[in-house]
Amino acid sequence: MINAIEVKNISVIYGEGTPFRKAALNGITTAFPKGEITGIIGHTGSGKSTLASLLNGLLKATSGEILLFGENIWAKPKEMTKIRSRVGLVFQYPEYQLFDETVEADIAFGPKNIGLDEEEIKNRVRLAAEFCGLSEKELKRSPFELSGGQKRRAAIAGVLAMRPEVIVLDEPAAGLDPQGREEILSGLVEYKNKYGATLIIISHSMEDIAKYADRILVMKDGEIYMQGSVEEIFVQAERLFDAKLDLPQITKLFIELKKRNLCQSTDVYTVGYAKKEIEKIIAK
Amino acid sequence: MLKDVTFGQYYPGNSLLHRTDPRIKMLILIEYLVLVLVANSEIAALLSLAFTVFLIAVSGVRFGILIKSVKPLIFVLAFTAIINLFFTVGEGEPLLNWGFITIYANGVRNAIMMLLRLLSLVLGTSVLISFTTSPLELTDAIEALLSPLKKIKVPVHEFAMMMSIALRFIPTLIEETNKIISAQKARCADFESGNLLKRIKALIPILIPLFVSAVRRAEELADAMECRCYNGGEGRTKLKVMKSRPADYAFLLAVTVLTVAVFFLNNISVSEIINLCKAIF
Repeated sequence: MINAIEVKNISVIYGEGTPFRKAALNGITTAFPKGEITGIIGHTGSGKSTLASLLNGLLKATSGEILLFGENIWAKPKEMTKIRSRVGLVFQYPEYQLFDETVEADIAFGPKNIGLDEEEIKNRVRLAAEFCGLSEKELKRSPFELSGGQKRRAAIAGVLAMRPEVIVLDEPAAGLDPQGREEILSGLVEYKNKYGATLIIISHSMEDIAKYADRILVMKDGEIYMQGSVEEIFVQAERLFDAKLDLPQITKLFIELKKRNLCQSTDVYTVGYAKKEIEKIIAK
Repeated sequence: MLKDVTFGQYYPGNSLLHRTDPRIKMLILIEYLVLVLVANSEIAALLSLAFTVFLIAVSGVRFGILIKSVKPLIFVLAFTAIINLFFTVGEGEPLLNWGFITIYANGVRNAIMMLLRLLSLVLGTSVLISFTTSPLELTDAIEALLSPLKKIKVPVHEFAMMMSIALRFIPTLIEETNKIISAQKARCADFESGNLLKRIKALIPILIPLFVSAVRRAEELADAMECRCYNGGEGRTKLKVMKSRPADYAFLLAVTVLTVAVFFLNNISVSEIINLCKAIF
């Protein structure tokens, strides 16, 4: 398997030599396989967001290196824009970055900066809007007239329009209603499948992670606490609780069912699978 | 970029200056400014320099941090010194006469005096106020010192509240600006190249979201304040009541004496002092 991004022994230290010195990341090493969705979970202040802004070179690590398809992203600091168009980063609450007169112009901001021609830009804007579920009518409106959820979609579309190979999303669905979450996340999966892109999603929602991620990275106090497949991580409930994290609610339900000897499986992480399990129990 | 400006950066600690009543510190600040700007004779300048060194020493602020706060001003300091050095026309023989460059002894003296004066102003005021007084203490002190103006219907409390809100939101807005800059950079925005016009245009994607969020924040804050029944300064009490201790008054008195001394020493030259000393002993 090819790794889209490799992180090698990265440390980030803020405020060296002041009373506010803090190590945000402490020598972490990991890799993000191409075409997979990696979910990053961790308690507030565990270094998730710092890791995110390292991956597209917005932040430079104090030590260590980051390889994008085997190439050090800091090899040519003058060509950072190129790296940033290949690794798209969607910040927390990205709707606060919207500025242009129309949603269409705002989504076109990224592609324009890369220097694409008119036709290509138009094309990409349409496609990105489609992935994010924005209609033709909404493209013509001012971004400030949209609802919160629509603004979020517009902002994410602004990054997708650059057609990045890797997309890092910091809490893309935070503060949205359940339907909005679903639509945004499944739109991203669609994009991933179409372009063979790699997704890295930071989230506090264990349900979203269980449903969408292939791999999980658990962070704690600036270090990697656990990493592995969804099954490997969620089976270690105790360790997750130690990192002040949680299991998906449906998994907790099945643990309780097992305690009462009603069901034997504890590897239930999604509602869909739970439904099948419950049907099996009823059929008995 | 914005992080390097030290004005308004509180440096936590428990030094003599941290413990001094902020109202007293404000008064000392006024005296200090007078003292530094008035000191003109060598002996008076030396005294003001000694006092500045004393303030820095008792503030407990680390030296490296102070150097950092002066760094952005190096150009201004050097420029002032050079202007004074070359353009002061003194009496007597010039020290150096080389083509169109003429340097008089007076010029050297002026350059050094001006350099020390500016350095003292920056370092002295920052250790006295910015580094050792939290923004809240500062506005409380200003409100307390201006409170006599309430008698002539000046809305002192409202001014102080506006000031503390403004100070409170400076770090928030800086953080917000950095976030927006990062977000636009992630969309390959380029702020560093191109001519002046292009660079100004590049700021639009930062300024518009910043203004929008500042207005949104102001509205939210106003609502939150009204929800907690804020209706101005009438009958409002303070969480931290400022108390002046005898030591604070002693400090103020000492600085007052020093300021008066500087006024007197300005009119006396070094030779006169030596003569005075000889006469006494």
